[in-house]
Amino acid sequence: MTAKAATITSGKGGVGKTTATANLGVALATAGYRVVCIDGDIGLRNLDVVMGLENRIVYDLVDVVEGRCKLRQALIKDKRLADLYLIPAAQTRDKTAVSPADMVRLVKDLRGDFDWVLIDSPAGIERGFRNAIAPADLVLIVTNPEVSAVRDADRIIGLVEAEEKSPPKLIVNRVKPEMVKRGDMLSTGDILDVLAIDLIGIVPEDETVTVATNQGTPAVLDPKSRAGKAFRDIARRMNGEEVPFESLEARDGFFGRLSRMVRPGGA
Amino acid sequence: MSSGLAVKGVGDGLLVLVPDGPWEEALASLLQTVDEGGEFFKGARLALQIEGREIGAADLGHLRDLLAGRNVSLWAILGTSQLTRSAAADLGLALDLGRPSQRAREEDEPIETELPGEHAALVHRTLRSGHHIHYAGHVVVVGDVNPGAEIIAGGDVIVWGRLRGVVHAGAGGNEEAVVCALDLAPTQLRIAGQIAISPDRRGTAQPEMARLKDGQLVAEKWVDEHRRKADEHGSTG
Repeated sequence: MTAKAATITSGKGGVGKTTATANLGVALATAGYRVVCIDGDIGLRNLDVVMGLENRIVYDLVDVVEGRCKLRQALIKDKRLADLYLIPAAQTRDKTAVSPADMVRLVKDLRGDFDWVLIDSPAGIERGFRNAIAPADLVLIVTNPEVSAVRDADRIIGLVEAEEKSPPKLIVNRVKPEMVKRGDMLSTGDILDVLAIDLIGIVPEDETVTVATNQGTPAVLDPKSRAGKAFRDIARRMNGEEVPFESLEARDGFFGRLSRMVRPGGA
Repeated sequence: MSSGLAVKGVGDGLLVLVPDGPWEEALASLLQTVDEGGEFFKGARLALQIEGREIGAADLGHLRDLLAGRNVSLWAILGTSQLTRSAAADLGLALDLGRPSQRAREEDEPIETELPGEHAALVHRTLRSGHHIHYAGHVVVVGDVNPGAEIIAGGDVIVWGRLRGVVHAGAGGNEEAVVCALDLAPTQLRIAGQIAISPDRRGTAQPEMARLKDGQLVAEKWVDEHRRKADEHGSTG
């Protein structure tokens, strides 16, 4: 096995990077892939909380990098899925405890044992972000249908391009079709118009995500969750499957522009 | 992989994009980048893109010494802060990538034409938030200029795409400079010493040209000079 490393990042905070990482990890593991999620947010960790694994942490990323434990000792096995693991961030240190070269080395050591390495990037464009994208084969940019989040996503795309990575892919999170229809929210088409990168997923605003996040059971596990379905679709697209974008219109009775403007794999 | 900063080759030197944040941190990552780069940086001329950051003469001098100790010479400081620019000028550093070297200029000579030409930078890509172009001549962009991007040109700025960032044409005081775009909707537009903010879009986008007319910034349908004059003549006649 040679894992692909995907970094989930955004620039702006609070757009759903950690939720996306946890859900994509669960979706990929459910589909039969061996997955490890790495929390890159040293000092402000919470991927462990969202995945419901907080109380199992013994060693963390910084312990591995500084040689206090073996890599295997820091891998926390998910309580539901056999093929899902977490490497938590250290809470008592900061981003400078790890360098981009450390991250590249760490991910290299993981590649043999997994199909996917998902890295949850911290907000911002400083060291933590640099650490998170250094080992990435694929960069997923999460944004919300808000001007400020899109502006930050644009900045991040520029920085990722400067690293000479392959072009990042976009996840538009927390879309409210009713608001888009009223013209009170940017449509996915508006966002793609500015960012001009490939779309890999549109995730509707969904209360089940909030509930699931607080309970540490990612929404992907809830078969009725619409956001969960969207994340499962993204996981399939990450593995090269052609999955049509679900028209949010179908359930709400409008939103026709979206289906016209959005094609899988093309902006 | 280097831990740090984006480095680009620019003609006969290296351009380093210094990230935001405290100067101490930026300095540390700059030195780290140079140290990790090893032979790559030896003997190089470095230009630093520092955006609006303010750096005093003392810090710049210190930086130059630190780099000199690594056999790297500090060549230019590209920034928008007046304080930084005057400090850099005091130290004899260049303020833009400016005139290409002699060799580059010879290569730039137009081939078999008696038409006069001027230096221009052609940028064939989308300029995203945080991207910054500072050029003494004209700037031509084939692509969009997104909000948060900035172009400062000594001459004209031509954008074959949507212009939504900040643009300054005739930055050296050239009042003849113009700004053209297929969709002219900059966050802020400056020509020479005049500053304007785009009005809200009315109707569909059309190619427009902004210029100074009697000291006022005006944007008009982008047509060639000859036709404009004919039109003006027609409308008054």
